[in-house]
Amino acid sequence: MHFSFLSLLRNAFSAHRDWPEQWRSPEPKPAYDVVIVGGGGHGLAAAYYLAAEFGIRDVAVVEKGWIGGGNTGRNTTIVRSNYLLEESEALYDHALKLWENLSQVLNYNVMFSPRGVMMLAHTTHDVQSFKRHYHANRLAGIDTEWLTPEEARDWCPGLNIAKDIRYPIVGATLQKRGGVARHDAVAWGYARAASALGVDIIQNCEVTGVRRGADGAVIGLDTSGGTIAAKKVGVSVAGHSSQVMDMAGVRLPIESFPLQALVSEPLKPIVSCVVMSNTIHAYISQSDKGDLVIGAGTDQYVSYSQTGGMQITAHTLDAICELFPVLRRARMMRNWGGIVDTTADRSPILGTTPVPGLYVNCGWGTGGFKATPGAGHLLAATIARGEPHPIAAPFSLDRFARGRLIDEAAAAAVAH
Amino acid sequence: MLLITCPWCGPRPEIEFAARGEAHVARAAPDADGEAIAAALYLRSNTRGLLAERWRHVYGCGRYFNAVRHTVTDKFVATWRVGESRPDLGGEGTR
Repeated sequence: MHFSFLSLLRNAFSAHRDWPEQWRSPEPKPAYDVVIVGGGGHGLAAAYYLAAEFGIRDVAVVEKGWIGGGNTGRNTTIVRSNYLLEESEALYDHALKLWENLSQVLNYNVMFSPRGVMMLAHTTHDVQSFKRHYHANRLAGIDTEWLTPEEARDWCPGLNIAKDIRYPIVGATLQKRGGVARHDAVAWGYARAASALGVDIIQNCEVTGVRRGADGAVIGLDTSGGTIAAKKVGVSVAGHSSQVMDMAGVRLPIESFPLQALVSEPLKPIVSCVVMSNTIHAYISQSDKGDLVIGAGTDQYVSYSQTGGMQITAHTLDAICELFPVLRRARMMRNWGGIVDTTADRSPILGTTPVPGLYVNCGWGTGGFKATPGAGHLLAATIARGEPHPIAAPFSLDRFARGRLIDEAAAAAVAH
Repeated sequence: MLLITCPWCGPRPEIEFAARGEAHVARAAPDADGEAIAAALYLRSNTRGLLAERWRHVYGCGRYFNAVRHTVTDKFVATWRVGESRPDLGGEGTR
Protein backbone atom coordinates (compact mmCIF):
# COMPACT_ATOMS: atom_id res chain seq x y z
CA MET A 1 0.00 0.00 0.00
CA HIS A 2 1.82 3.05 -1.29
CA PHE A 3 0.52 6.52 -0.47
CA SER A 4 0.34 8.74 -3.52
CA PHE A 5 -1.92 11.34 -5.02
CA LEU A 6 -3.60 8.60 -7.09
CA SER A 7 -4.21 6.32 -4.10
CA LEU A 8 -5.66 9.22 -2.12
CA LEU A 9 -7.93 10.11 -5.04
CA ARG A 10 -9.05 6.49 -5.51
CA ASN A 11 -9.92 6.15 -1.83
CA ALA A 12 -11.70 9.50 -1.80
CA PHE A 13 -14.34 7.92 -4.06
CA SER A 14 -15.06 5.32 -1.36
CA ALA A 15 -15.08 7.97 1.41
CA HIS A 16 -11.75 6.61 2.73
CA ARG A 17 -13.46 3.51 4.15
CA ASP A 18 -11.33 0.96 2.31
CA TRP A 19 -7.83 1.76 3.52
CA PRO A 20 -6.17 -1.46 4.70
CA GLU A 21 -4.58 -1.70 8.15
CA GLN A 22 -1.21 -0.01 8.13
CA TRP A 23 0.77 -2.70 9.94
CA ARG A 24 0.26 -6.37 10.69
CA SER A 25 -0.59 -7.57 14.22
CA PRO A 26 0.76 -11.13 14.23
CA GLU A 27 1.05 -13.60 17.08
CA PRO A 28 4.64 -13.71 18.33
CA LYS A 29 6.84 -16.40 16.81
CA PRO A 30 8.79 -18.64 19.23
CA ALA A 31 12.12 -17.09 18.22
CA TYR A 32 13.60 -14.03 16.54
CA ASP A 33 17.08 -12.84 15.65
CA VAL A 34 16.42 -9.51 17.37
CA VAL A 35 13.67 -8.42 19.76
CA ILE A 36 13.23 -4.73 20.51
CA VAL A 37 11.52 -4.03 23.84
CA GLY A 38 9.44 -0.88 23.63
CA GLY A 39 7.21 0.20 20.76
CA GLY A 40 7.76 3.92 20.95
CA GLY A 41 9.31 5.99 18.20
CA HIS A 42 12.85 4.96 19.15
CA GLY A 43 12.12 1.22 19.28
CA LEU A 44 10.09 1.18 16.06
CA ALA A 45 12.76 3.23 14.29
CA ALA A 46 15.41 0.75 15.44
CA ALA A 47 13.35 -2.14 14.06
CA TYR A 48 12.82 -0.31 10.79
CA TYR A 49 16.52 0.48 10.30
CA LEU A 50 17.52 -3.08 11.24
CA ALA A 51 15.31 -4.35 8.42
CA ALA A 52 15.85 -1.56 5.90
CA GLU A 53 19.53 -0.78 6.29
CA PHE A 54 21.17 -3.72 8.03
CA GLY A 55 19.28 -6.59 6.38
CA ILE A 56 18.04 -8.12 9.66
CA ARG A 57 14.36 -8.81 9.06
CA ASP A 58 13.66 -11.49 11.65
CA VAL A 59 12.78 -8.80 14.17
CA ALA A 60 9.97 -8.27 16.66
CA VAL A 61 8.96 -5.17 18.61
CA VAL A 62 7.17 -6.00 21.87
CA GLU A 63 5.14 -3.24 23.47
CA LYS A 64 3.41 -3.28 26.86
CA GLY A 65 0.54 -1.04 25.75
CA TRP A 66 -0.03 0.32 22.26
CA ILE A 67 2.68 1.71 19.99
CA GLY A 68 3.52 5.34 20.52
CA GLY A 69 1.43 5.42 23.69
CA GLY A 70 4.19 6.40 26.09
CA ASN A 71 6.47 9.39 25.81
CA THR A 72 6.22 9.36 22.00
CA GLY A 73 2.61 10.45 22.39
CA ARG A 74 3.23 12.76 25.34
CA ASN A 75 6.00 15.12 24.31
CA THR A 76 5.91 18.61 22.81
CA THR A 77 7.35 17.40 19.44
CA ILE A 78 10.26 19.84 19.28
CA VAL A 79 13.10 18.94 16.92
CA ARG A 80 16.45 20.78 17.06
CA SER A 81 20.17 20.03 17.14
CA ASN A 82 21.77 23.18 18.63
CA TYR A 83 23.50 21.39 21.50
CA LEU A 84 26.74 22.55 23.07
CA LEU A 85 29.19 19.64 23.11
CA GLU A 86 30.70 17.98 20.05
CA GLU A 87 29.38 14.53 20.93
CA SER A 88 25.83 15.85 21.33
CA GLU A 89 26.03 18.00 18.22
CA ALA A 90 26.97 14.93 16.17
CA LEU A 91 24.21 12.86 17.77
CA TYR A 92 21.35 15.31 17.41
CA ASP A 93 22.38 16.58 13.97
CA HIS A 94 22.50 12.96 12.78
CA ALA A 95 18.86 12.74 13.85
CA LEU A 96 17.92 16.10 12.31
CA LYS A 97 19.35 15.06 8.94
CA LEU A 98 17.19 11.93 9.04
CA TRP A 99 14.12 14.02 9.97
CA GLU A 100 14.55 16.19 6.89
CA ASN A 101 13.47 13.54 4.38
CA LEU A 102 11.76 11.09 6.74
CA SER A 103 8.30 11.50 5.18
CA GLN A 104 9.69 10.56 1.76
CA VAL A 105 11.74 7.64 3.08
CA LEU A 106 8.81 6.17 4.99
CA ASN A 107 6.17 7.17 2.43
CA TYR A 108 4.23 8.48 5.43
CA ASN A 109 3.65 12.12 6.23
CA VAL A 110 5.30 12.74 9.60
CA MET A 111 4.54 16.45 9.14
CA PHE A 112 8.08 17.54 9.91
CA SER A 113 7.88 21.30 9.86
CA PRO A 114 11.22 23.13 10.15
CA ARG A 115 9.65 26.39 11.25
CA GLY A 116 12.57 27.46 13.43
CA VAL A 117 13.36 27.00 17.12
CA MET A 118 14.00 30.24 19.00
CA MET A 119 15.59 30.18 22.45
CA LEU A 120 15.18 33.34 24.50
CA ALA A 121 17.86 34.98 26.63
CA HIS A 122 16.67 37.04 29.58
CA THR A 123 19.81 37.84 31.57
CA THR A 124 23.45 38.70 31.03
CA HIS A 125 24.33 35.16 31.99
CA ASP A 126 21.90 33.82 29.38
CA VAL A 127 23.50 36.02 26.71
CA GLN A 128 26.98 34.77 27.57
CA SER A 129 26.01 31.12 27.64
CA PHE A 130 23.84 31.32 24.52
CA LYS A 131 26.63 33.05 22.60
CA ARG A 132 28.90 30.23 23.63
CA HIS A 133 26.37 27.79 22.21
CA TYR A 134 25.98 29.91 19.11
CA HIS A 135 29.72 29.87 18.39
CA ALA A 136 30.06 26.17 19.24
CA ASN A 137 27.26 25.38 16.79
CA ARG A 138 28.82 27.51 14.05
CA LEU A 139 32.12 25.71 14.49
CA ALA A 140 30.30 22.38 14.18
CA GLY A 141 28.49 23.45 11.03
CA ILE A 142 25.08 23.55 12.71
CA ASP A 143 22.95 26.45 11.56
CA THR A 144 22.31 29.07 14.20
CA GLU A 145 21.63 32.78 14.32
CA TRP A 146 21.79 35.43 17.01
CA LEU A 147 18.79 37.78 17.17
CA THR A 148 18.24 41.10 18.90
CA PRO A 149 14.93 41.44 20.77
CA GLU A 150 13.46 43.35 17.81
CA GLU A 151 14.59 40.67 15.36
CA ALA A 152 13.11 38.01 17.65
CA ARG A 153 9.77 39.82 17.69
CA ASP A 154 9.85 40.20 13.91
CA TRP A 155 10.49 36.45 13.55
CA CYS A 156 7.73 35.60 16.00
CA PRO A 157 5.10 38.36 16.10
CA GLY A 158 3.24 38.62 19.39
CA LEU A 159 6.35 38.18 21.48
CA ASN A 160 6.50 40.72 24.28
CA ILE A 161 9.86 42.51 24.16
CA ALA A 162 8.96 45.22 26.67
CA LYS A 163 11.85 46.25 28.92
CA ASP A 164 9.78 46.52 32.10
CA ILE A 165 8.61 42.92 32.53
CA ARG A 166 10.05 40.62 35.18
CA TYR A 167 12.34 38.80 32.72
CA PRO A 168 12.77 41.05 29.67
CA ILE A 169 14.00 39.46 26.45
CA VAL A 170 17.54 40.66 25.74
CA GLY A 171 18.37 38.39 22.80
CA ALA A 172 17.68 35.01 21.26
CA THR A 173 19.24 32.21 19.25
CA LEU A 174 17.43 30.76 16.29
CA GLN A 175 17.91 27.42 14.58
CA LYS A 176 15.90 27.61 11.38
CA ARG A 177 16.32 23.91 10.56
CA GLY A 178 14.60 23.03 13.84
CA GLY A 179 10.87 22.75 14.23
CA VAL A 180 8.18 20.26 15.09
CA ALA A 181 6.83 16.96 13.76
CA ARG A 182 3.65 14.98 14.29
CA HIS A 183 4.48 12.58 17.12
CA ASP A 184 1.89 9.87 16.42
CA ALA A 185 2.70 9.84 12.72
CA VAL A 186 6.35 9.14 13.53
CA ALA A 187 5.43 5.99 15.45
CA TRP A 188 2.84 4.92 12.89
CA GLY A 189 5.10 5.67 9.93
CA TYR A 190 7.97 3.61 11.33
CA ALA A 191 5.59 0.80 12.33
CA ARG A 192 4.07 0.68 8.87
CA ALA A 193 7.40 0.74 7.08
CA ALA A 194 8.94 -1.84 9.44
CA SER A 195 5.94 -4.16 9.19
CA ALA A 196 6.13 -4.03 5.39
CA LEU A 197 9.73 -5.27 5.65
CA GLY A 198 8.70 -8.24 7.82
CA VAL A 199 9.06 -6.86 11.34
CA ASP A 200 6.45 -8.25 13.75
CA ILE A 201 4.87 -5.55 15.92
CA ILE A 202 3.36 -7.15 19.02
CA GLN A 203 1.25 -4.84 21.13
CA ASN A 204 -0.23 -5.49 24.59
CA CYS A 205 2.69 -7.77 25.36
CA GLU A 206 4.57 -6.92 28.54
CA VAL A 207 8.08 -8.18 29.19
CA THR A 208 8.22 -9.89 32.59
CA GLY A 209 11.71 -11.37 32.54
CA VAL A 210 14.98 -11.52 30.63
CA ARG A 211 16.35 -15.04 30.05
CA ARG A 212 20.10 -15.54 30.11
CA GLY A 213 22.12 -18.60 29.16
CA ALA A 214 24.90 -20.34 31.06
CA ASP A 215 27.49 -17.87 29.72
CA GLY A 216 25.36 -14.93 30.87
CA ALA A 217 24.29 -13.91 27.38
CA VAL A 218 20.70 -13.07 26.56
CA ILE A 219 18.72 -15.96 25.08
CA GLY A 220 15.18 -14.63 25.23
CA LEU A 221 12.38 -12.86 27.02
CA ASP A 222 9.50 -13.91 29.21
CA THR A 223 6.43 -11.93 28.23
CA SER A 224 2.74 -11.85 29.01
CA GLY A 225 2.34 -13.49 25.57
CA GLY A 226 4.72 -16.38 26.36
CA THR A 227 8.44 -16.93 26.06
CA ILE A 228 10.19 -15.47 23.02
CA ALA A 229 13.73 -16.63 22.21
CA ALA A 230 16.07 -13.97 20.87
CA LYS A 231 19.73 -13.84 19.85
CA LYS A 232 19.88 -10.12 20.61
CA VAL A 233 17.63 -7.82 22.62
CA GLY A 234 17.44 -4.03 22.41
CA VAL A 235 15.76 -2.22 25.29
CA SER A 236 14.23 1.16 24.47
CA VAL A 237 11.57 1.79 27.10
CA ALA A 238 12.27 5.33 28.42
CA GLY A 239 10.69 5.82 31.84
CA HIS A 240 10.78 2.16 32.84
CA SER A 241 14.34 1.43 31.72
CA SER A 242 15.43 0.75 35.31
CA GLN A 243 12.74 -1.93 35.74
CA VAL A 244 13.41 -3.76 32.45
CA MET A 245 17.20 -3.66 32.82
CA ASP A 246 16.86 -4.83 36.41
CA MET A 247 15.35 -8.07 35.00
CA ALA A 248 18.71 -8.64 33.32
CA GLY A 249 20.63 -7.72 36.46
CA VAL A 250 21.88 -4.37 35.12
CA ARG A 251 21.54 -1.29 37.33
CA LEU A 252 21.31 2.04 35.54
CA PRO A 253 22.42 5.55 36.55
CA ILE A 254 18.90 6.78 35.92
CA GLU A 255 16.09 8.38 37.86
CA SER A 256 12.56 8.71 36.44
CA PHE A 257 10.58 11.91 36.89
CA PRO A 258 7.18 13.11 35.68
CA LEU A 259 7.31 15.76 32.97
CA GLN A 260 4.16 17.63 32.06
CA ALA A 261 2.74 19.24 28.96
CA LEU A 262 -0.56 20.83 28.08
CA VAL A 263 -2.52 22.05 25.07
CA SER A 264 -4.95 24.90 24.63
CA GLU A 265 -8.15 25.07 22.66
CA PRO A 266 -7.48 25.41 18.90
CA LEU A 267 -6.73 29.00 17.85
CA LYS A 268 -6.06 30.74 14.55
CA PRO A 269 -2.35 30.68 13.58
CA ILE A 270 -0.49 32.98 15.96
CA VAL A 271 2.76 31.40 17.18
CA SER A 272 4.80 30.97 14.01
CA CYS A 273 7.80 29.07 15.38
CA VAL A 274 8.89 27.15 18.46
CA VAL A 275 9.71 29.50 21.33
CA MET A 276 11.72 28.18 24.28
CA SER A 277 12.81 29.95 27.40
CA ASN A 278 15.09 28.04 29.73
CA THR A 279 15.27 30.79 32.33
CA ILE A 280 11.56 31.17 32.94
CA HIS A 281 10.74 27.56 32.06
CA ALA A 282 8.40 27.61 29.13
CA TYR A 283 8.18 26.24 25.65
CA ILE A 284 5.41 26.89 23.21
CA SER A 285 4.54 26.04 19.64
CA GLN A 286 1.32 25.74 17.72
CA SER A 287 0.12 22.55 16.07
CA ASP A 288 -1.35 22.52 12.60
CA LYS A 289 -4.73 21.95 14.24
CA GLY A 290 -4.27 25.25 16.08
CA ASP A 291 -3.68 24.01 19.63
CA LEU A 292 -0.94 25.76 21.53
CA VAL A 293 1.41 22.99 22.68
CA ILE A 294 3.10 24.00 25.92
CA GLY A 295 5.86 22.16 27.72
CA ALA A 296 6.18 22.47 31.50
CA GLY A 297 8.75 21.19 33.96
CA THR A 298 9.55 18.02 35.84
CA ASP A 299 8.59 17.27 39.39
CA GLN A 300 11.44 17.06 41.87
CA TYR A 301 10.88 13.47 42.98
CA VAL A 302 11.04 10.01 41.39
CA SER A 303 7.57 9.00 40.27
CA TYR A 304 5.79 6.71 37.81
CA SER A 305 2.42 8.39 38.25
CA GLN A 306 2.26 9.89 34.71
CA THR A 307 0.90 13.02 36.33
CA GLY A 308 2.53 15.94 38.08
CA GLY A 309 2.01 18.84 40.43
CA MET A 310 -0.34 21.62 39.36
CA GLN A 311 2.13 24.24 40.62
CA ILE A 312 4.54 23.15 37.86
CA THR A 313 2.09 23.90 35.04
CA ALA A 314 0.88 27.09 36.74
CA HIS A 315 4.48 28.32 36.84
CA THR A 316 4.89 27.64 33.12
CA LEU A 317 1.62 29.37 32.22
CA ASP A 318 2.73 32.45 34.19
CA ALA A 319 5.81 32.57 31.99
CA ILE A 320 3.82 32.04 28.76
CA CYS A 321 1.45 34.87 29.70
CA GLU A 322 4.39 37.19 30.22
CA LEU A 323 6.02 36.26 26.90
CA PHE A 324 2.73 36.36 24.95
CA PRO A 325 0.27 38.65 26.74
CA VAL A 326 -2.11 38.08 23.82
CA LEU A 327 -2.61 34.49 25.00
CA ARG A 328 -3.80 35.37 28.50
CA ARG A 329 -7.43 34.54 27.73
CA ALA A 330 -6.67 31.24 25.97
CA ARG A 331 -8.19 28.23 27.73
CA MET A 332 -6.27 25.04 28.30
CA MET A 333 -7.87 21.82 27.09
CA ARG A 334 -5.73 19.00 28.42
CA ASN A 335 -2.77 18.45 30.66
CA TRP A 336 -0.81 15.23 31.07
CA GLY A 337 2.47 13.79 32.27
CA GLY A 338 5.04 11.36 30.93
CA ILE A 339 7.80 9.60 32.83
CA VAL A 340 11.26 10.67 31.69
CA ASP A 341 14.45 8.74 32.43
CA THR A 342 17.16 11.22 33.33
CA THR A 343 20.89 10.67 33.75
CA ALA A 344 23.24 12.73 35.89
CA ASP A 345 24.87 14.40 32.86
CA ARG A 346 21.58 14.88 30.94
CA SER A 347 22.93 12.87 28.02
CA PRO A 348 21.47 9.56 26.85
CA ILE A 349 22.88 6.07 27.23
CA LEU A 350 23.10 4.20 23.93
CA GLY A 351 25.10 1.07 23.32
CA THR A 352 26.23 -2.24 24.70
CA THR A 353 25.74 -3.46 28.27
CA PRO A 354 27.73 -5.84 30.51
CA VAL A 355 25.29 -8.58 29.39
CA PRO A 356 26.26 -10.05 25.99
CA GLY A 357 23.50 -9.65 23.43
CA LEU A 358 21.70 -6.97 25.43
CA TYR A 359 21.69 -3.42 24.09
CA VAL A 360 20.19 -0.35 25.67
CA ASN A 361 18.86 2.99 24.50
CA CYS A 362 17.69 5.11 27.42
CA GLY A 363 18.37 8.19 29.49
CA TRP A 364 17.03 10.64 26.92
CA GLY A 365 15.37 12.48 29.77
CA THR A 366 13.26 15.41 28.72
CA GLY A 367 14.48 15.55 25.11
CA GLY A 368 14.14 12.20 23.37
CA PHE A 369 11.60 12.96 20.66
CA LYS A 370 13.96 15.07 18.56
CA ALA A 371 16.39 12.17 18.44
CA THR A 372 13.86 9.53 17.33
CA PRO A 373 15.27 8.71 13.87
CA GLY A 374 18.87 9.06 15.00
CA ALA A 375 18.48 7.01 18.17
CA GLY A 376 16.70 4.27 16.24
CA HIS A 377 19.35 4.26 13.54
CA LEU A 378 22.26 4.16 15.99
CA LEU A 379 20.63 1.46 18.12
CA ALA A 380 20.04 -0.62 14.98
CA ALA A 381 23.65 -0.12 13.87
CA THR A 382 24.93 -1.06 17.32
CA ILE A 383 22.79 -4.20 17.47
CA ALA A 384 23.66 -5.24 13.91
CA ARG A 385 27.42 -4.83 14.37
CA GLY A 386 27.60 -5.83 18.03
CA GLU A 387 29.68 -2.76 18.80
CA PRO A 388 28.75 0.90 19.26
CA HIS A 389 28.28 3.09 16.22
CA PRO A 390 30.98 5.83 16.25
CA ILE A 391 28.40 8.56 16.92
CA ALA A 392 26.91 6.54 19.80
CA ALA A 393 30.26 5.42 21.26
CA PRO A 394 30.71 8.42 23.64
CA PHE A 395 27.25 7.72 25.09
CA SER A 396 28.22 4.32 26.48
CA LEU A 397 26.94 3.00 29.79
CA ASP A 398 30.49 2.73 31.16
CA ARG A 399 31.21 6.46 30.77
CA PHE A 400 30.07 7.03 34.35
CA ALA A 401 32.72 4.74 35.81
CA ARG A 402 35.37 6.16 33.46
CA GLY A 403 34.47 9.72 34.39
CA ARG A 404 33.81 10.63 30.73
CA LEU A 405 30.50 12.36 31.36
CA ILE A 406 28.93 14.46 28.60
CA ASP A 407 27.66 17.31 30.71
CA GLU A 408 25.16 18.71 28.27
CA ALA A 409 24.12 22.17 29.37
CA ALA A 410 21.96 22.60 26.27
CA ALA A 411 19.62 19.78 27.18
CA ALA A 412 16.07 20.89 27.81
CA ALA A 413 15.88 23.42 30.60
CA VAL A 414 13.43 21.28 32.49
CA ALA A 415 16.18 18.74 33.04
CA HIS A 416 18.21 21.04 35.27
CA MET B 1 0.75 19.33 44.85
CA LEU B 2 1.65 16.84 47.53
CA LEU B 3 0.81 17.30 51.21
CA ILE B 4 3.91 16.31 53.15
CA THR B 5 4.07 15.78 56.89
CA CYS B 6 7.26 17.27 58.29
CA PRO B 7 8.10 15.34 61.49
CA TRP B 8 8.69 18.68 63.24
CA CYS B 9 6.17 21.05 61.66
CA GLY B 10 3.27 18.81 60.60
CA PRO B 11 1.49 18.71 57.25
CA ARG B 12 2.67 21.38 54.82
CA PRO B 13 2.40 21.92 51.03
CA GLU B 14 5.05 20.43 48.78
CA ILE B 15 6.45 23.81 47.67
CA GLU B 16 8.01 24.22 51.14
CA PHE B 17 10.11 21.08 50.60
CA ALA B 18 13.09 19.99 48.55
CA ALA B 19 13.41 16.34 47.54
CA ARG B 20 16.92 15.16 48.31
CA GLY B 21 16.83 11.81 46.58
CA GLU B 22 17.14 8.20 47.56
CA ALA B 23 18.09 7.48 51.17
CA HIS B 24 20.69 5.04 52.47
CA VAL B 25 23.15 5.53 49.59
CA ALA B 26 26.54 4.77 51.12
CA ARG B 27 29.50 6.90 50.10
CA ALA B 28 32.37 5.14 48.37
CA ALA B 29 35.53 4.58 50.41
CA PRO B 30 38.37 7.05 49.75
CA ASP B 31 40.43 4.34 48.03
CA ALA B 32 37.51 2.87 46.05
CA ASP B 33 37.88 2.25 42.30
CA GLY B 34 35.95 4.02 39.54
CA GLU B 35 33.16 1.45 39.47
CA ALA B 36 32.43 1.87 43.19
CA ILE B 37 32.60 5.67 43.04
CA ALA B 38 30.29 5.73 39.99
CA ALA B 39 27.89 3.39 41.78
CA ALA B 40 27.70 5.66 44.82
CA LEU B 41 27.40 8.81 42.74
CA TYR B 42 25.09 7.72 39.97
CA LEU B 43 23.45 4.30 40.36
CA ARG B 44 19.99 4.54 41.91
CA SER B 45 17.35 1.91 42.53
CA ASN B 46 14.70 4.15 40.88
CA THR B 47 12.11 1.88 42.50
CA ARG B 48 8.60 1.54 41.16
CA GLY B 49 6.84 1.05 44.50
CA LEU B 50 7.89 2.02 48.01
CA LEU B 51 11.02 4.15 47.98
CA ALA B 52 13.01 5.40 50.99
CA GLU B 53 13.96 9.03 50.47
CA ARG B 54 15.42 12.06 52.18
CA TRP B 55 13.48 15.32 52.07
CA ARG B 56 14.33 18.74 53.48
CA HIS B 57 11.78 21.23 54.80
CA VAL B 58 13.80 23.97 53.17
CA TYR B 59 11.23 26.79 53.45
CA GLY B 60 10.15 25.76 56.95
CA CYS B 61 12.31 24.42 59.74
CA GLY B 62 15.13 23.72 57.29
CA ARG B 63 15.72 20.23 58.61
CA TYR B 64 16.26 16.94 56.82
CA PHE B 65 13.98 14.00 57.50
CA ASN B 66 13.36 10.48 56.25
CA ALA B 67 10.36 9.40 54.25
CA VAL B 68 8.90 6.36 52.55
CA ARG B 69 6.77 7.20 49.53
CA HIS B 70 5.02 5.06 46.93
CA THR B 71 6.35 6.16 43.52
CA VAL B 72 3.21 5.18 41.58
CA THR B 73 0.63 6.88 43.82
CA ASP B 74 3.08 9.50 45.24
CA LYS B 75 1.49 8.78 48.65
CA PHE B 76 3.75 9.25 51.66
CA VAL B 77 3.56 6.09 53.78
CA ALA B 78 5.64 7.50 56.63
CA THR B 79 7.96 10.34 57.56
CA TRP B 80 10.27 10.34 60.57
CA ARG B 81 13.08 12.34 62.12
CA VAL B 82 16.72 11.67 61.37
CA GLY B 83 18.11 9.41 64.08
CA GLU B 84 14.80 7.77 64.91
CA SER B 85 14.19 4.25 63.74
CA ARG B 86 11.87 3.66 60.84
CA PRO B 87 8.21 3.15 61.82
CA ASP B 88 6.81 -0.35 61.33
CA LEU B 89 5.31 -0.36 57.85
CA GLY B 90 3.54 -3.69 58.26
CA GLY B 91 6.27 -5.77 56.67
CA GLU B 92 6.39 -3.68 53.50
CA GLY B 93 10.07 -3.44 52.69
CA THR B 94 11.98 -1.08 50.48
CA ARG B 95 15.24 -1.41 48.73
